[in-house]
Amino acid sequence: MCLAVPGRVLEIEERDATRMAKVDFGGVVKDVCLEYVPDMKVGDYAIVHVGFALQRLDEESAKQTLELFENLGVLEEEFGDAWGKAARDAGAERPAGTGLPPLKGAEKEARS
Amino acid sequence: MKYLDEFSDPVLAKRLFDDIRAVTTRPWSLMEVCGGQTHSIIRHGIDQLLPEEIQLIHGPGCPVCVTPLEIIDKALEIASRPDVIFCSFGDMLRVPGSGRDLFKVKSEGADVRVVYSPLDALKIAQENPDRQVVFFGIGFETTAPPNAMTVYQAKKLGIPNFSLLVSHVRVPPAIDAIMNSPDCRVQAFLAAGHVCTVMGTTEYPELAERHRVPIIVTGFEPLDILEGIRRAVIQLEAGEHTVENAYPRAVQPEGSPAARAMLSDVFEVTDRAWRGIGMIPVSGWRLSPKYREFDAEHRFSVTGIETEESTVCRSGEVLQGLIKPHECAAFGKECTPRNPLGATMVSSEGACAAYYLYRRLETPDKEASSVG
Repeated sequence: MCLAVPGRVLEIEERDATRMAKVDFGGVVKDVCLEYVPDMKVGDYAIVHVGFALQRLDEESAKQTLELFENLGVLEEEFGDAWGKAARDAGAERPAGTGLPPLKGAEKEARS
Repeated sequence: MKYLDEFSDPVLAKRLFDDIRAVTTRPWSLMEVCGGQTHSIIRHGIDQLLPEEIQLIHGPGCPVCVTPLEIIDKALEIASRPDVIFCSFGDMLRVPGSGRDLFKVKSEGADVRVVYSPLDALKIAQENPDRQVVFFGIGFETTAPPNAMTVYQAKKLGIPNFSLLVSHVRVPPAIDAIMNSPDCRVQAFLAAGHVCTVMGTTEYPELAERHRVPIIVTGFEPLDILEGIRRAVIQLEAGEHTVENAYPRAVQPEGSPAARAMLSDVFEVTDRAWRGIGMIPVSGWRLSPKYREFDAEHRFSVTGIETEESTVCRSGEVLQGLIKPHECAAFGKECTPRNPLGATMVSSEGACAAYYLYRRLETPDKEASSVG
């Protein structure tokens, strides 16, 4: 969690008087607070840490770093299934209440 | 150079390795502060490709690893309370306290939730006004501003059921403590890039001057790390000790003024114990009096905790760069990611985890010869 991950701003809105954005991290989209880099615009890249943009980054550097972090498994750790990973690492059952929500009828059919 | 094809630009990587080789005339020991850099170094075999004279020492820059046992035990005690929803980043789940971890507490029925951002925890507090929501606020200068903003928001929005269990740490006092140690072997530092994204570089010239040690702000990509090493060795060979920024695309000298302003509003500097290392003066942050009402330690009065550290684990020495992970007798035997004795084996940025993950898959020629 100490590493900050580059992402691209998709859209920006005010929420609770706070500047927030949807940011794309190589396919994973998260809500990100822009208060520390208030002049970010749609299409810009930023270094994002735990949901906060910390600094603007150029596109080429952002893409290279994303690729590196994907190879290092950082993206999986940042955005993936933390309980599943912890259960695998511990060689234990996943604790109750940490699984995906049960599928609804149509989703179930689509996935089967 | 057996790993060179794994570099994003193998030609540039080879040129940097050649440059480093060309300027190196004597043995030098460099510490990379950040655990993310350690993983990049071990994953790409940078330490094995460098000239024999250059020794990379892994530093204490993994926030999960240095979070003191006492705070983990306090987290476990608070998380076990039936009125609490305890929120944490995923990499804290298996950090061992005195006998338990958050994963076990959750398995026993506690309401522990993994969040991506501290703002997610604040949202959970808004959605559950009849429960206490506690966020585990650990981390270095990179993570402290997001947590500071979340407490600021909690106060501004009037969310009384949110609190922060704070264990933030600061890098410059740790560098100072390492240099003050009588066993110190470090002759130059590769400073943590993303910490400097927030804090800038203004804290380092005084340290570099006082300890006569080059400090190079360095990124995480293999080429960034090679450039940091190259600049450090050039300074060492010339007898210089200045601060250089080798990560200018992400680090401005002044850092992030907005983040620094929020930090100094919400937090105040305090002494902080580091797991495996001990107390380092002025090395941490706690909530300032203005925000003390959001301090989970005060809210839940978690005192009288008796901690019990593993007697076998040598992670404290690993964190100070005194030994490499495989020099610990428990490494890969009693201590594995499945049964970690210390946080350095659990964390995604821990040095022991890096060696376990990458180094055990290879024939460690250079490492094997340097162990004996």
